Amino acid sequence: MLLGPSLLISALLFTIGMVGVLLRRNAIIIFLCVELMLNAVNLTFVALSRQLGLDGQVFVFFVMTVAAAEAAVGLAIIIALYRHKDTVNLDAINLLRG
Amino acid sequence: MGPVRPEGRVVALIVFWAAAVSAIVGAVVCITRKNPIASLLWLVYVMFNLSILFVLQDAHFLAAVQILVYAGAIMVLFLFVIMLLNIGRPGPSDIKSGRGAVIAVVAGLLMLAELVALSQVELPASMSLPAGAVSRMVEQQGAVEAVATPLFQQYLIPFEITSVMLLAALDGAVVLAKRKL
Repeated sequence: MLLGPSLLISALLFTIGMVGVLLRRNAIIIFLCVELMLNAVNLTFVALSRQLGLDGQVFVFFVMTVAAAEAAVGLAIIIALYRHKDTVNLDAINLLRG
Repeated sequence: MGPVRPEGRVVALIVFWAAAVSAIVGAVVCITRKNPIASLLWLVYVMFNLSILFVLQDAHFLAAVQILVYAGAIMVLFLFVIMLLNIGRPGPSDIKSGRGAVIAVVAGLLMLAELVALSQVELPASMSLPAGAVSRMVEQQGAVEAVATPLFQQYLIPFEITSVMLLAALDGAVVLAKRKL
């Protein structure tokens, strides 16, 4: 009954997260938007698990664990970048530009 | 939602749409705040609304984990870093304008159209469980056990690999953020 609306909401949240990634320059906010996209995917898993079995809910656990690992490593990278460049603005971080 | 009276179902629908609309509004506000801390707190708001949606769809335990682990632990880690780097200072906005904004919105609309088209795909009937099967399973086994049984039987090896991944992430974070080893 709630499957269709849930998928629609999840699509909207994922899109908002993606627009956020493209719209911002602050590395931490871009990272937050990625978390928003992961959350949208979790909603899809939960909505579909009502129809396809509880494996979907198990997968949400794995998504959360990967998100935690990604947050830890990503934030460490941001700290290292800040120490190097004194900013988290991605326009100022162009070490790999030839 | 189990066997509920018709008026209970209506209440559930009202709660569902209220949480859904406020999650989407919260997400839009989240990506448009200049201050990273405001952005982060709006994302926590979105997560609380999502956990309401989880409860309404028989994922009670996941709703609790969402608040404890996601909103509680991961978001606090972000908050620590924002405060550690002291980047909430007033200054020019980091939101792109002009061409960057147009590209972002157009790409977003394309993505949305694609996802909506994808969500119209009919699920094969052979894969689907009978209606209410998951609710009954959660009712009989309890909200935790219904998820724990597949996690520790069918998905035991992925679960163990996850712990190795967490250890690697832990080491990686220490190595990356430390000034000198």
